[in-house]
Amino acid sequence: MKRIAAINDFVIKFANVNGSGSASANELFAKAVMRMGVPVSPRNIFPSNIQGMPTWYEARVCEKGYHGRRGGVDMMVAMNPQTWDTDIAEISPGGYLLYDSTRPQPASRFRDDVLTIGVPLTDIANAAYTDPRQRQLFKNIIYVGALSVLLDVDVAVFDTLFAEQYKGKGKERLLEANVQALHLGRDYVKQHLQAPLDIRVQRADNVGDQIFTDGNSAAALGLVYGGATVAAWYPITPSTSIPEMFAKYCEKFRVDPDTGQNRFAIVQAEDELASIGMVVGAGWNGARAFTATSGPGISLMTEFIGLAYFAEIPVTIVNVQRGGPSTGMPTKTQQSDLLACAYASHGDTKHVLLFPQDPHECFTHSAAALDLAERLQTPIFVMTDLDIGMNQRLCKPFVWDDNKEYDRGKVMSAEELEAGTPFGRYKDVDGDGIPWRTLPGTHPTKGAFFSRGTSRNPQAMYSEAGPDYIYNMERLLRKFKTAESMVPQPIFRQATAPTKLGVIYYGSTTPAMREALDVLERNGDHLDAMRLCAFPFPDSVRKFIAEHDKLFVVEQNRDAQMRSMLINELEIDPAKLVRVLHYDGTPITARFIISTIHDCVHKEVA
Amino acid sequence: MTYIAKPKMHHPTLQTNKVGYTRRDYEGRISTLCAGCGHDSISAAVIQACWELDIEPHRVAKLSGIGCSSKTTDYFLGASHGFNTVHGRMPSVLTGANLANRELLYLGVSGDGDSASIGLGQFANAMRRGVRMAYIVENNGVYGLTKGQFSATADRGAKNKKGAINNDNPIDLVGIALQLGATYVARSFSGDKAQLIPLIKGAMSHGGAAVIDVISPCVTFNNHGGSTKSYDYIRQHNEAVSRIDFISPSSEITTEYAPGAVVDVPQHDGSILRLRKLHADYDPTDRDAAMSYMHARAARGEVVTGLLYLDPLATDLHTSLNTCEQPLNTMGAQLLCPGSEALNKINDALR
Ligand SMILES: Cc1ncc(C[n+]2csc(CCOP(=O)(O)OP(=O)(O)O)c2C)c(N)n1
Ligand code: SF4
Ligand SMILES: [Mg+2]
Repeated sequence: MKRIAAINDFVIKFANVNGSGSASANELFAKAVMRMGVPVSPRNIFPSNIQGMPTWYEARVCEKGYHGRRGGVDMMVAMNPQTWDTDIAEISPGGYLLYDSTRPQPASRFRDDVLTIGVPLTDIANAAYTDPRQRQLFKNIIYVGALSVLLDVDVAVFDTLFAEQYKGKGKERLLEANVQALHLGRDYVKQHLQAPLDIRVQRADNVGDQIFTDGNSAAALGLVYGGATVAAWYPITPSTSIPEMFAKYCEKFRVDPDTGQNRFAIVQAEDELASIGMVVGAGWNGARAFTATSGPGISLMTEFIGLAYFAEIPVTIVNVQRGGPSTGMPTKTQQSDLLACAYASHGDTKHVLLFPQDPHECFTHSAAALDLAERLQTPIFVMTDLDIGMNQRLCKPFVWDDNKEYDRGKVMSAEELEAGTPFGRYKDVDGDGIPWRTLPGTHPTKGAFFSRGTSRNPQAMYSEAGPDYIYNMERLLRKFKTAESMVPQPIFRQATAPTKLGVIYYGSTTPAMREALDVLERNGDHLDAMRLCAFPFPDSVRKFIAEHDKLFVVEQNRDAQMRSMLINELEIDPAKLVRVLHYDGTPITARFIISTIHDCVHKEVA
Repeated sequence: MTYIAKPKMHHPTLQTNKVGYTRRDYEGRISTLCAGCGHDSISAAVIQACWELDIEPHRVAKLSGIGCSSKTTDYFLGASHGFNTVHGRMPSVLTGANLANRELLYLGVSGDGDSASIGLGQFANAMRRGVRMAYIVENNGVYGLTKGQFSATADRGAKNKKGAINNDNPIDLVGIALQLGATYVARSFSGDKAQLIPLIKGAMSHGGAAVIDVISPCVTFNNHGGSTKSYDYIRQHNEAVSRIDFISPSSEITTEYAPGAVVDVPQHDGSILRLRKLHADYDPTDRDAAMSYMHARAARGEVVTGLLYLDPLATDLHTSLNTCEQPLNTMGAQLLCPGSEALNKINDALR
């Protein structure tokens, strides 16, 4: 059996028991590799349970910086007896297994084509610690230590990482204990085993100034920077950490230093109907407000989303998508809420969707959503998913321009009203479909109006007259058209050779797509690519599609929802758009994209 | 709570209040409700109460759900911003609005279907949180707007217009509000302005969640014999009564009665809407006493009205959230954005 040999390009998977403290040890490992200048993209795989259930941490080490899930496992760290059999079976032929060899195992439990590396982790931990909790926690650090020698990770990076985490924070004891545990693992491997392995880490310089964070924290931070003051939410995986992190950042940055009072208000509502209702109320009253949720929450919110669309209330909704329909796969990823969000609510509606590709864009798009919501006076959806939201990812650092003021949109002031500026709440005075609004309490006698979900005339008076209704609905369409140039624009990548083939993708598919395009290109399959960053689609999208004969639409849902939207909105011939769909709940891989597109292209030719 | 002296009522439209407004300045658009609908009397009471309170109309934000009752926010305080939201969800919208700007006065108007049927959850949770507002439920025991189906406040045994009997137990919004911590709880009757206006004034001036359950008969769908939410009306002599969708022009019933007295408003079939003013020795600051008093009277078939419970020292959601005094909707990037320097530090910590 040929052993897998790879430098800075492998997948290592940790099989753990939930709640055993493995998460921070695994993150330590990932960070250590990154401090070696080698990009890592880890993914948490977990069931909808709290304790005692299996969890996995799959880290892709990739010098080239491909952050998509690769597929395949080169090395397994098997720490969960319950899932042993499937974990062992998952290792690629020629791969590696690190396990706790404290208790002898029959040979039948191993594979001949896998290099088995036993380290008596429990014995080492039990000899060094007496407290059961410590034994458990440090066992994790011990395996990280063992790995560091096996994979040739420089011990110095751990020293720095531990120092950053514990030094000067009154946690010196923890610092020493962690260093000690790490060395217990390192020493064992050095004394008893051959190291390093044929898969290993080597210093590189491909991390640069990138940051390592998860999309939910980034979105929360973007909402703080973007000026959200009111947050209302109801817990749901995988969105919960957004309001939680928002609260954390607000505690840090938004408490008035003189009074100790908060420049924010966060309410955990009784359900998603109430959370969106609060956001609508706050938006109507001129505060920047948001909610974060996932599929089932969106379903509950739809009546209110229609109200916000029709009454024209700024609303920001971060939808961290998970596997649907119904409760579906709550801890798995999908891009399957596009249609539910783009056309949410009864009647004719259309909503603005933003598609961030990574935590960096979760930050920028969430901040931008608050501006867009007020500029366009409508709901804005930030469409992330579990893969981006709950996994840490290397990405560009956050940037903020201190000269930026928030775009509060067309809000008429008391002075303007006093000066006699005509005001008609639903009148299109500027030709862009966006009317002016006033905030409650602005002026004693001018500018008050009545918001409602019923049809109205441009003066906001109840009217079911056909022409009034049509005027309003057409204006809303005009406004949606205006949005085209305000939302993040598509990003194009041209093939190195002229081609009539194109590929369209968005959101969390991006890293896998980048890798797939590189490989396809190398193999001579040339495709021009367009990453959609938002809905509505600007003209450049129509143009790109027109310029190609056949386009693959790559997405993570069963029904090719983006493809449907393109067909529906741009009246594209469906035959032109080929579905490439990955929706089993695991993040899409470059391998899948490459083989699907390759097969299709060559079947065509044949 | 400060009441100002009641002005003389000879020419109310001509008189200005302390902030320079006439009563007319508190009016809204012409009501489209059925003539004689209890809800119109409540609108009139709101107008009067706000005028008497010397509230500048634009300092009030009026929010409602969906229903005939919820429509009324268009029929008073025309100079205030109003928001007719979705069915049963006014409390959440009002909560959000209140969080955005704590300086305005919030008036929530709802119906019994809106608050007790579809919106019970939001009603209950707004009470729990102590959102500062005057929350008026215009309670007629039916869904007026969808033509008279029983709502969740319809009494067991009550008869609808078609003669069907309601077999479900009623939800008592006052009881729920009391239990969940509302700090101003009252019940009134749309036909009793003398009682209602001061109650609204009290609610508007209250520092926490104030709720008034106002029995407000639906003349079109729930004003017949066998209804427990009807008022006695001369219409039993009117031909129009037997015709379903025809509503005859009629004036409101106004019931006046002395404190402590039980007032019977007889129906054409002899059933009675019994109203009892609170006893002079009733202590409205004792929540438990209020609850048991209510229970005892309800068991006797009496509808207790008046101010049932008051916590004069009430605080609100902003107090629990420790929100700053300056309204959140007035803050710009300078107060809200941590800036690039802080962001660089965050970046550093994420490397
Ligand atoms: C989600 C939803 N379901 C149903 C309706 C239809 N509907 C409108 S008003 C109403 C009942 C209103 O009853 P109530 O709140 O008691 O007001 P009233 O008309 O009696 O004053 C119903 C069921 C609606 N508007 N929205
Ligand atoms: S239907 Fe009933 S509640 Fe509605 S306006 Fe007429 S009388 Fe009032
Ligand atoms: Mg009703």
